[in-house]
Amino acid sequence: MTQPPRPAPTRRRALATFGAAGAAVLLGDVARMAHAQGAGPLKLGFQVHRTGIGAAYGRWYERVATAAVARINDAGGIAGRQVRMIAEDDGTDPRRGAEVLDRFANLHGADLVFGPLFSNVVIGSAPRAAELKMPYFVVSEGHHVASGTLNRYTLQPGITDVKSQVRSVAPYVAANIGRKVTMIFPDFAFGHDHREFFTDAIAAQGGEVIAQIPVPPTETSFTRYFPRIPRETEVLYHVMVGPAVLTFVREMGEFFGGRGPALFGFIDSLEAVDIASPGLEFLEGSHLWEGMPRFAQPDQTGHDARYRAAVGVDDTGASIDDPRDVSTYAHMFGVWETLSVIKAGMETAGYRGPSDRPALIEAVEAMTDMPLSDDHPQGDKLFNGRTHQVFGRQSVSRVEGGRLIRVHETSIEDTLYEDEVDYTTRPF
Amino acid sequence: MEFGPHLMLALLEGAVTSAVLALTAMGLSLVFGVMRVVNVAHGAFFMLGAVAAWWIADLVGAHPALGFAAALLAAPLLVGAGAMLADRLILAPVGYDPERTIVATIGLMYVIEQTVLMGFGPDARPVAPPFDARIALPWVERTAEGLALYWPWGLSITAYKLFVIAAAAAILAGLWALMTRTGAGLVMRATQQDRDMARAFGVPVSRVFARVFGLGAALAAMGAVLVVPIQQAHYLMGGDPLLLSFIVVIIGGLGSLPGTVVAALLIGMTDGIVSVFLSPTLAKIVATLAVALVLVFRPQGLMGRARA
Amino acid sequence: MIDARRSLLLHGGIVACLALLAATLPAYHAGNLTRILVLAVYAMGYNLLFGYTGLLSLGHALFFAAGMYGFGLSAALGGLSAGAALLAGVAAAALVAGLTGALALRTRDVAFMIVTLMFAQAGYLTILYFGTWTRGDEGFVLPAAARRLAGFDLRGDGARLVAALTLFSACFLATAALTGSRLGRTLIAIRENEDRARMLGYDTARLKLVAVVLSGTLSGLAGAAYAMLFGYVGASFATVQYSILPLLWVLLGGAGTTVGPLIGVALVFYLIDWSSRVTDAYMLVAGVALIGLTLFAPQGVAGLIRRKAAPWLP
Repeated sequence: MTQPPRPAPTRRRALATFGAAGAAVLLGDVARMAHAQGAGPLKLGFQVHRTGIGAAYGRWYERVATAAVARINDAGGIAGRQVRMIAEDDGTDPRRGAEVLDRFANLHGADLVFGPLFSNVVIGSAPRAAELKMPYFVVSEGHHVASGTLNRYTLQPGITDVKSQVRSVAPYVAANIGRKVTMIFPDFAFGHDHREFFTDAIAAQGGEVIAQIPVPPTETSFTRYFPRIPRETEVLYHVMVGPAVLTFVREMGEFFGGRGPALFGFIDSLEAVDIASPGLEFLEGSHLWEGMPRFAQPDQTGHDARYRAAVGVDDTGASIDDPRDVSTYAHMFGVWETLSVIKAGMETAGYRGPSDRPALIEAVEAMTDMPLSDDHPQGDKLFNGRTHQVFGRQSVSRVEGGRLIRVHETSIEDTLYEDEVDYTTRPF
Repeated sequence: MEFGPHLMLALLEGAVTSAVLALTAMGLSLVFGVMRVVNVAHGAFFMLGAVAAWWIADLVGAHPALGFAAALLAAPLLVGAGAMLADRLILAPVGYDPERTIVATIGLMYVIEQTVLMGFGPDARPVAPPFDARIALPWVERTAEGLALYWPWGLSITAYKLFVIAAAAAILAGLWALMTRTGAGLVMRATQQDRDMARAFGVPVSRVFARVFGLGAALAAMGAVLVVPIQQAHYLMGGDPLLLSFIVVIIGGLGSLPGTVVAALLIGMTDGIVSVFLSPTLAKIVATLAVALVLVFRPQGLMGRARA
Repeated sequence: MIDARRSLLLHGGIVACLALLAATLPAYHAGNLTRILVLAVYAMGYNLLFGYTGLLSLGHALFFAAGMYGFGLSAALGGLSAGAALLAGVAAAALVAGLTGALALRTRDVAFMIVTLMFAQAGYLTILYFGTWTRGDEGFVLPAAARRLAGFDLRGDGARLVAALTLFSACFLATAALTGSRLGRTLIAIRENEDRARMLGYDTARLKLVAVVLSGTLSGLAGAAYAMLFGYVGASFATVQYSILPLLWVLLGGAGTTVGPLIGVALVFYLIDWSSRVTDAYMLVAGVALIGLTLFAPQGVAGLIRRKAAPWLP
């Protein structure tokens, strides 16, 4: 706080000072009365996987959310109001997720809820969000929002969905890596989405999925699945999630012994795992989809650099405090961008309180172009207000010298698909 | 991959699974057999072994072999000591009542998991194996000259996995020697056969219980230390081993150590072999139902004695 | 001997209290009460087998899920109305309970625990296997038509609470009547000493199967109701966690008492609720509480009341 200059006190000056002070107090009161409905901070509920199988992602999601909220508050908050983030652990469990929404609505008086990643939590909680008339901003990559099975209160404006990701990389794979593809994926909804969407997409490119190898969830040993890979495979498409991903990738390397097909994987198989880990040398030269390139690229934008600094991540995507702590870089930007959208939406809608929630949703539904910026460091985006889903560029990277170098970036057009729903026609 | 090599690979992988499972389940079998209680926290002790291995290896730094060796020696001791403490504080006061023990050990499992989550974190952390070499394995094929060896694509095993099988076998042999050739083993077997008679003979049953509980946890920890360079240490990793250990112990027959080994082999192998033929989820369904039906039609397990 | 009039007063009184709570609680706690009441029905189903018949099952999630999916699949895929789907869910649970019970009851004690656990695991895996229809672990949302019963839209908090209360009261009074009846007393006799009951001429095998079916049906009803009231069906409800929870609830509340299940559910719910406000490690608190309870109050809250104050407590 700067000290105002203190001239020698004269009566006129004293009167002026008192008058000014009095006016300030009055004005402040008036201001407070004008904002009487929403004078306190805005409360954003953060539904986070602090425990359970999603905890490794939840930890990074929370780190990014905290940084994003701090940035918003430092810049003056949303429409001048400070933002308070209230985090509740959903245990990566759908039932608890729904219960936590009740807490946000009735206990904390939250204005909206954001944050979940795992599809089952999203789908388990979404009905409750609609009943509570609580705007529910999910960051889950799942196609469930755009597929129309959820409701008008659920939106995904911060991260692209699996369908668009998978479809957009098929042309690159067919043109540069191979056309006879074997897919290996987790045997649950997320993996099935990959299987469905990629099989169609690669067929449209003149390619073919010659084998599909589902792996049960919670599997800890993967070697016995690899023999099913046919010899004619040109590309092995792999995506795996969960605590065992490092084992999966390592055993893949052990199995092939350097004589395997080309690999195309989703970075999910390596999220939070150091590419330079022992046993992963065989990945050299292979390709990976990345939602956001983990390593700072030669053409790194200032937006990416500032984002990394804010969330505490270095140029290799690892925590600044601990280089062994690799972040879930390809997914966590979704939280940052979701908060940017929330800010923009609330300001456009003139949000004051819970009665303005429909206006907030309508304001977000009206959004279209989201340019590359500090608010959207992953890249420019296109939001589809009818399907409540955002579309953005996807990256394909190549492992070179233990680093991921981006070799291809799709356009947003590459990722688009036909609308499957129009939520704007549904009532609130 | 052709059928022959595929099956061989499944058998090898199954052998590794069986090895670790045999150790882990043996711990449970001992506790079950001697103390007649269900320890739901057994998987949590397994997980503690893995976490302790990571911590010790991290502490030792240096060459992975050194860290691993230190972990193999120290982690079971640490976990065993912890288990003995739990026995003193929780199990003994409830008098080893079956139902109360179940609830108490469920509580203990939550406590252990949550504490590890808070200290170790939610990530899966790797531990480097002491040595790492891929060994390509040959298979036979018919050629014009007769039978010849060739090296099929993908048929391989790592030196470390072979070590796991050997180490587990050695530890089990040591345990067998302990149980059948030493005084301590005799006391344990006596307590298992007839607790009251043992007490009448001056066996300090409560102390035996504490040691058996500690030994059971230590065995699980040993299994975990062996497996952690293959998998990673993760705070939820105890769930599957708990389930599988139970299955092995019941199928093998309550109170039968050879039965436990046979059952571990059976379950470890069949899981791998069935998945050669069926889709993995279906294979798991079949395996689970098979276990249930074995118990339904032969409740004493494969090698246990029939109850009156 | 259970005093019939006291029993009626007690159970009726509890229902009346709950109705009063339902009418006066603020929104947040009213929502909690709704969940507690539905889960208490599940706990009562479990209590029937564990508390009264003395059989410890580790696979009740199978019955809960059977009811839930019976309801959910009939409504979502079969287009049945909520009422018909509810019946379908109950029938599914009864069927599954009958089949698994017939097999599992050939074992005793720990083997019975493992067999029930295995059947529940197989059930969970089957749900995943048929993911094309069940949507596997992700689960699915129920259509609006499935959330309307007898003209009431159960998506509203008020209607939902009334529905939960009605369901609970009906099951509560029915269980009270059952446990006080001849069948109930026979089950208790089996719990106390099965051989003696058999020697007295009771067909214990048949009676145990009846207990399993009743227990499973009640659990399935809870599962179907949970889907109907909260709009989501998912495989996570078929996991081991949902087999351990009713055991916890019943043990904490007091096994073998009629009010125990409700007390147990409410206790665990609020224990987690309060501790999660203070710390992330709420499961730690739950674990410590469990250990403490088994050390100092193994018969649960209602059991403690029964022992110290009200020996007539049913």
